[in-house]
Amino acid sequence: MIRIQNLTKYYGTFKALDRVNFEVGRGEILGLLGPNGAGKTTTMRILTCYLAPTAGTVRIGDFDILENPRQVKKLIGYLPEFAPLYADMLVYDYLRYVASIRDLASSLREQRIAELAEICGLREVMHRPFRELSRGYKQRVGLAHALMGNPDIIILDEPTSGLDPNQIVDIRAIVKEMGREKTIIFSTHILTEAEATCDRIVIIDRGRIVADGTAETIKSAGRLEYQLSLQGVDFAKVRRHLSPLEGVKDIQSLPDSGEQELRIRLICSRDNRTAVSRVAREQGWMVTEFSREKGSLETIFRELTQTDQTKDNKKHRKRRKR
Amino acid sequence: MRVKASLRIMRRELGFYFVSPIAYIVIVVFLIATGWFFFSVFFLNGRADLREFFFALPLILAFVVPAVTMRLFSEEFSSGSYETLLTFPVSTIDILTGKFMAALIFCLLMLLPTVSYSIFVSTLGELDWGPVAAGYLGTVFLIGLLSAVGLFASALTKNQIVAFIIGAALCVFLTQVHRALFLIPAFLTGLFHFLAASTHFNNIAKGVLDSRDLLYFVSLGFLALYFSNLVIANKR
Repeated sequence: MIRIQNLTKYYGTFKALDRVNFEVGRGEILGLLGPNGAGKTTTMRILTCYLAPTAGTVRIGDFDILENPRQVKKLIGYLPEFAPLYADMLVYDYLRYVASIRDLASSLREQRIAELAEICGLREVMHRPFRELSRGYKQRVGLAHALMGNPDIIILDEPTSGLDPNQIVDIRAIVKEMGREKTIIFSTHILTEAEATCDRIVIIDRGRIVADGTAETIKSAGRLEYQLSLQGVDFAKVRRHLSPLEGVKDIQSLPDSGEQELRIRLICSRDNRTAVSRVAREQGWMVTEFSREKGSLETIFRELTQTDQTKDNKKHRKRRKR
Repeated sequence: MRVKASLRIMRRELGFYFVSPIAYIVIVVFLIATGWFFFSVFFLNGRADLREFFFALPLILAFVVPAVTMRLFSEEFSSGSYETLLTFPVSTIDILTGKFMAALIFCLLMLLPTVSYSIFVSTLGELDWGPVAAGYLGTVFLIGLLSAVGLFASALTKNQIVAFIIGAALCVFLTQVHRALFLIPAFLTGLFHFLAASTHFNNIAKGVLDSRDLLYFVSLGFLALYFSNLVIANKR
């Protein structure tokens, strides 16, 4: 449905996107994740033909964004961040305007507006000017605006930012509901949100994609962590026996080890539980706990988006020294 | 360009003018200014014509039209609604045409009450309707050009005040440069004489329909719209 190849965007000399590649299939809910300024909004603005890419191609459906912008825009319903709609218009008037500009047949407009008012919960505010609405209602009007033309693709830029928890749940529910038949891309920097709502997550950092996959695969990628509680053995010995095992990257002694019980953390690049338990049996250690710690999306996100930065900082420091 | 899309944008812009107080304020200011300039000398001259009215009109329009057009793009840029507008299935040319037509129609509606001046004058004496009709025709062309220029100024900035000042400066130049020709080096006077909107406006208002004058308004208007489109397209 959406195919992005080598997408690059410069603002002056600032590189906002650096050869970004990804695809989104029909009916997929994709979460675009990243710290502020990572390039999420830029990506979305290019997809919606608001910005032109510096290099690279984007195809949406059967159309190229540069060759057939109008066809592309017809396929997409877009809600920019903070829902910047006409502040002076009444909600109803605004939705009518969107319906007409999106070429809805005039006989269907009223019906569609009523439908969306129902879905987005706008009944009470239809005849109030947009500027007077609360943040949550503004966002819902924005959602109705994005859904108006019944587009195949819906792109939402931080649809839940600045909302209270109840409103976030409402918006998420609407997104999930829509996602049954439509392709949805939405950006967020709240990880639990992406995990709860998306089929797939793309993590983007300083213009580059650093991870792409389901929440599960991203979580289990990279490393596995185990916690072990052992009795009748000391840390030095454990370390001596376990470190030669294939895939073991690090062994740490945990601070809550008692005199009787040694608690360690085992960091591995692959699943080697069987090898570990074989060693324990051979050595006669008493294993009282052996559990897998799943890396949370948070830790992975921090790792992916921060390690690079520290690396870069080091590079800069080196350069400065020279 | 899709006419339908332009018309929809035009309708929204016009609707906006009339739900906000700005429109009425601009109309009132315009009518007071034209009324003042016209009637302050009308009874002194003792002639039943509207020459003084059409004489004062270009300068008044040079300030009023940019006030009408200043918000057309600037407001969208500053509020961010431009992003939603541009991601509708419309092209920048549709947007530009729609906004231009809205400004033009608004200004013509603003001009409409001044027709009462001519009716008033005709009750006082024998009014020759020919020059009046020609004057209004010239005004339509002049408003078209000034609207296009004002729209261009609005496309340059997200600040409405700045848009107004740039627009008014350009419009005052176009309508008043013919008065300052003596300041300009001799070899350039021809060019500036041609650039001055008032010389062409006065020709039409005199009742001389020369294709050169019409071509001036149409081509310069198109040029202003073309530059506006370049400015907008460059923002991407």
